Amino acid sequence: MADAPLLQMRGIDKSFAGVPALTGVDLSVPAGEVRALIGQNGAGKSTLIKVLTGVHRRDAGQVELDGRPVDFGSVHEAQRAGVATIYQEVNLVPYRSLAENVCIGRAPRRFGLLDWRAINAEARERLAALDVHVDVTRPLHEFPIATQQMTAIARALSFDARLVVMDEPTSSLAEHEVGVLLDVVRRLRDSGVAVVFVSHRLDELYAVCDTITVLRDGRCVADAPLAELSKYEVVSAMLGRALTESERRGRHVGAARAAGAPTVLEARDLHRPPALNGSSVSVRRGEVVGLAGLLGSGRSETARALFGADPVTGGEMRLAGEPVAFSSPRDAIRAGLGFNSEDRKADGIVPDLSVRENLTLALLPRLTRRGVVDRGRQQEIVDRFVARLGIRMASPDQPVRELSGGNQQKVLLARWLCTDPRLLILDEPTRGIDVGAKQEIAELVDELADDGLSVLLVSSELEELINGCDRVVVLRDGETVRELAGADISEDAIVQAMAEGSAGAGEHGDA
Amino acid sequence: MTAPVHVAPRPRLGRVLQQQGALIALVVLVVFGALRYGEQFATGFNIQSLLADDAKYALVALGMTFVIMTGGIDLSVGSVAALGGVVAAQLSGAGLLPAMLAALGVGAAVGLANGVLVARYGLAPFLVTLATLLVARGLALQLADARSAVADPASGFQDFGRWSLLGIPVSFWIVLVLFAAGALALHATDFGRHVLATGGNEDAARLMGLPVDRTKVAVYVLSGTLAGAAGAFLGAQTGSVDAAAGQGWELTAIAAVVVGGTLLTGGVGSVFGTLVGVLLLQLIFNLIVFENGRGVIEISSYWESVIRGAFLLAVVLLQVRLTRRRAAPT
Repeated sequence: MADAPLLQMRGIDKSFAGVPALTGVDLSVPAGEVRALIGQNGAGKSTLIKVLTGVHRRDAGQVELDGRPVDFGSVHEAQRAGVATIYQEVNLVPYRSLAENVCIGRAPRRFGLLDWRAINAEARERLAALDVHVDVTRPLHEFPIATQQMTAIARALSFDARLVVMDEPTSSLAEHEVGVLLDVVRRLRDSGVAVVFVSHRLDELYAVCDTITVLRDGRCVADAPLAELSKYEVVSAMLGRALTESERRGRHVGAARAAGAPTVLEARDLHRPPALNGSSVSVRRGEVVGLAGLLGSGRSETARALFGADPVTGGEMRLAGEPVAFSSPRDAIRAGLGFNSEDRKADGIVPDLSVRENLTLALLPRLTRRGVVDRGRQQEIVDRFVARLGIRMASPDQPVRELSGGNQQKVLLARWLCTDPRLLILDEPTRGIDVGAKQEIAELVDELADDGLSVLLVSSELEELINGCDRVVVLRDGETVRELAGADISEDAIVQAMAEGSAGAGEHGDA
Repeated sequence: MTAPVHVAPRPRLGRVLQQQGALIALVVLVVFGALRYGEQFATGFNIQSLLADDAKYALVALGMTFVIMTGGIDLSVGSVAALGGVVAAQLSGAGLLPAMLAALGVGAAVGLANGVLVARYGLAPFLVTLATLLVARGLALQLADARSAVADPASGFQDFGRWSLLGIPVSFWIVLVLFAAGALALHATDFGRHVLATGGNEDAARLMGLPVDRTKVAVYVLSGTLAGAAGAFLGAQTGSVDAAAGQGWELTAIAAVVVGGTLLTGGVGSVFGTLVGVLLLQLIFNLIVFENGRGVIEISSYWESVIRGAFLLAVVLLQVRLTRRRAAPT
């Protein structure tokens, strides 16, 4: 190991449109070391990587490579300086051959023309060094993701990279492929390359990383040898929770009331590799069940599978005791499910339509008589839900885009509620809305459950889970590892389960 | 290959059809024509006129091939050809070379404008080239005073249209040389590979550090220049260029490119495929003329459009099927 770190970033600031994304972040990696970089969505990991690799320009701070200050204006410059990046999504050209993807940009030439024989030979050699033995003249898209990822790595290494940045390289790989990749990381380290490794899978980090940097809200909140931090401490640092038991306000009636109620939806052992590896969840009538887990733990994937949005490869689902298999969201809706997606802008509201139209969109087929919308009934329904949910607006004809985030969310809720669902799946319903509106939505969910609606609440906010749920199901690596009910729901227990799985925990609750 | 091959190559029928379907159809139609219409069809004059006619479409389609391979489109080529033709005809008094160079220059200038607007300002190629289509057409009408620009008959300009070598018009020899150069550039130069990478996955190409913007500007300049040349060829062949000439050439070119096996979404393409596509579409027209000449049945020339359109649809359907299969998880 060198005395001065190969990469030294100090006091990096970066803001977008006045909103700080990074504040005084430090990151240093010596040659021959693997550093883990971890943080929740929006913590600044991607921004930091993009500053390092020349995609973004930093606002303040220094970056030194090998003791020399550098300021990359483009990916190309960073590449030439020996910084290579492997992205989460394979960023190669699908229709071109493996060989071309490895070599393009610095391909060997003969008489001024590309020398395909040499290109193919070089690519074959470089892939063979990564233990990939395939026909390099076939187009990239014909190969499995793992091979594509290896091709990206071969390309990165072909630039004689001294620093390799891997941004969630394992998120789309199957288990045995992850093993191969981790071996490659170890080999890189042993050959003196510095590696920055981003992943949400703690086991991988512990398997391969020497040190760790934890980011939260654009700041560096932990920087230590990984051996000195437990998984529990890593997750706590990431989520920014003091390790004291917060007072649990909880649902007033809670598990006791729901305990006797019939089960509405039950899913057992859902599989959809690599995202889902045995996730199970059940919701009773009038119950609010929380779905917790770190990024990439399969929370949203479980919700989508339940709603029929993604097919599963294994597991069973029962609706009111009857086995069901939804092949599309349409089936799920017909069976009385509702799904409020995580991204309300992309999947939910139609910004330029009025509140009235947005609210009754899902109901329109039932509101029309011979193709004409029954305005009287529509108005009646809109009035009822606007009052019930406390939607604040100038008039029902106001375009939805003019409403605040919280009120938009309420319109979406109303859209599902007026279809009279049995079970409503809410994926991050309070993301991006202000504190007051959050509280209102939480209270609304509570009331709806009291009226008999079953709710599955996907959330990355511990507070929301602890205060709003009768039960919390914790996922880890796509698997249900813990189920907490009533008084057992605590920050401590959830964080513990997120970090370490069911180890040390009791039986899965069956309340 | 020395390394063991874990993924077997799969030369599928669909792939062969997509890549060689146009060539197969071309051969079949030539044989059909020769058998059915005999000597007349096969005579030198028919081939010569057919090829001379094809030269200008081929030039436009060659440029279009590169543009489409980057995932773009160039609708302005027909107007640019008219503008280039008008300019060449008006300058023909100065001789063949200055007239040709002027046409090329005008085309390159419009192409540069297209390229900069698309690459630097990130505007949609469809809109940018639709706008320059209108601009170039307007300039051509203005320059020619809304009539035809007539070439100076005393100059050597028109001789170009009459030259032939080994029974094949010189204009078509030039086309062949340019297509060979284009195929070589695509296969064996960085420029060609950058074109395919840009069209295949623009974000990836950028992250790979490839000069995406420069590549885009280059293909539009190439397309504009070749369109200018096509206009000059037209002028040399006919002795005058109508300011309204070249209408619909962009669509003929796009059709030829797609029939030739280049994906409209970019990233995959064949230069010679485009040449085959041009010949094929023109041959269909030629066959209809011969069929009418037999006097047995009368096929209106409007049917030519119908047949071309049906052909195009069949090719696009095939492409979509292939693309879907590729997009499916492996």
